[in-house]
Amino acid sequence: MPEAIPSTEAYLMLSGTLFAVGLIGVIIRRNMITVLMAIELMMNAVNINLVAFSHRFASLEGQVFTIFVITVAAGEAAVGLAIIIQLYRLKSSINVDEASELNG
Amino acid sequence: MTWNDVVFLLPEIIISIGASLLLLAPVVGWRQRETSAKWSMLILLGITALTVIGCSYWVQEIPQSRSLAGMFALDGFAIFFKLIFITAIAMITLLSDDFLRESRYSVWEYYSLLGFALCGMMFMVSGMSLISIYIGLELMSLSSYILAGFFKNEEKSTEAAMKYFVLGAVSSGILLYGISLIYGVCGSLNLLDIGRALSTIITNDALMFGVMLLGAGLCFKMAAVPFHVWTPDVYEGAPTPITAFLSTASKAAAFSIFARIFYLALHDFQLDWSNVLATISALSMVLGNLAAITQDNVKRMLAYSSIAHAGYALLGIISLNSLGLRGVLIYSLVYVFANLGIWATVLMLRRHEYGGERVDDFEGLSRRAPFWAFAMVIFLLSLGGIPPTAGFIGKYFLFAAAIQAGFGWLAILAVLMSAVSMFYYLRLVVAMYLREGREADVAITRPLQIVAATCLIITLLLGIYPTPLINQATESSRWIGARAAIIPHAGR
Repeated sequence: MPEAIPSTEAYLMLSGTLFAVGLIGVIIRRNMITVLMAIELMMNAVNINLVAFSHRFASLEGQVFTIFVITVAAGEAAVGLAIIIQLYRLKSSINVDEASELNG
Repeated sequence: MTWNDVVFLLPEIIISIGASLLLLAPVVGWRQRETSAKWSMLILLGITALTVIGCSYWVQEIPQSRSLAGMFALDGFAIFFKLIFITAIAMITLLSDDFLRESRYSVWEYYSLLGFALCGMMFMVSGMSLISIYIGLELMSLSSYILAGFFKNEEKSTEAAMKYFVLGAVSSGILLYGISLIYGVCGSLNLLDIGRALSTIITNDALMFGVMLLGAGLCFKMAAVPFHVWTPDVYEGAPTPITAFLSTASKAAAFSIFARIFYLALHDFQLDWSNVLATISALSMVLGNLAAITQDNVKRMLAYSSIAHAGYALLGIISLNSLGLRGVLIYSLVYVFANLGIWATVLMLRRHEYGGERVDDFEGLSRRAPFWAFAMVIFLLSLGGIPPTAGFIGKYFLFAAAIQAGFGWLAILAVLMSAVSMFYYLRLVVAMYLREGREADVAITRPLQIVAATCLIITLLLGIYPTPLINQATESSRWIGARAAIIPHAGR
């Protein structure tokens, strides 16, 4: 008999909290690296959701999706870091507010 | 994976191998051969287009038009959009030619990224599962982020890339969260299974929340209010051919996927989301058109105009009827070619990397280049929806669809806002015809002429004789229409 695992609702609450923390992080943080970390947090909240539902339905579809999300998140981090490096070379700063050439 | 699957995926396989080869070309010492880069890209696109057409005939022979465990469909809708994307990318390749030659950045990587973006769009529009749609969407978006920042030594370009990346990544996160909730309620990621599950499920909060988050993510990709804030900045900062890409092919891809998800998966759930989307559509039309009036920068003006056009396209999605679905197909084609023609004209006026983009730059164009000034007027009229241009046909279908679906107020607002949009389109016409221009040079090169002329022919021809386009759109939308139960069940 496997050890009892928490209910799906518990996982949903965890992922909802993580997602909210990530979203707030993107909005209030001004450092690009921290913003990137907050975005990764949002992606991982989604992964928890998908795996929890996948377990509940006893279908692998959600877990397969999780693998894809992790892969895409890695690509996204690579692109994001490349842009941050270029921004640093041009502006000597990775503060989001420093980039204000375009008025908007 | 069977041979069947390989044939279904052949266009995507060819374009991804081709794009990888383009990336390898500088390694074997071809870095300086810029002309061969352009021709390789055009040949690659030609082969891909022929493969798409070939596959579409082959697929008709077999009863099941889906493959990869039902994750990938090659229906008329997908083929219609794939051909639009390939043509648009070919035109953007032509637009980029001189622009890149003067800029001293490596062209091979540029074309390779365009190829990958095309692959993503083609894969996405065929997606029958939220997994394949998401993968295609991200392939397109990641390539677009890099392309927006392609002029990496320009502060504007890098800043555009940064803003696009941060907001784009957040929106994909939101979209994904929506997808995960929909999966949690329906137990499947396949569009048809979701549609079946929703016909038996009573609306609940989790589902509602999931659909709203999914819609928000998609609205970001098509730049609808209130998810539009990135658009003017990114359009202004990105290299002009990439702005052309973002405002045409990338936007048409967003229209197509929006239509596919909402028509195939969420049609039984319409009452709950159509009012929210109607509000978004109304806001996009009003805010986009009003903000465009005050812009002096042509790229920003077209950015706001494209926000308004996202609002028009949403009419076809919320109306959820046969007219609306055909309207999305027709409007995407019409919009893409009118816009590409405008970008070709903007590029003719370019004097240095960011020149040719203020309204003043258009002064006296009617004397410097009478024919292209006339072409520009036709493109602007088409965007405004004035007959006898093709834009009128597109808007006719969308507005009629909205009226048929009971969104009369929205159709009236759309007509009023089209009138407002003519105001700022005419500002350019006034600058071209009535103002004395400074004797600035125009760079009317052969590739730009080809693009502008092709767009002009398409815009005028389809405006005067739209029957073939309407028939094609009816034919192409048949499969999805039958699944969404908006037209009688017909064949496969």
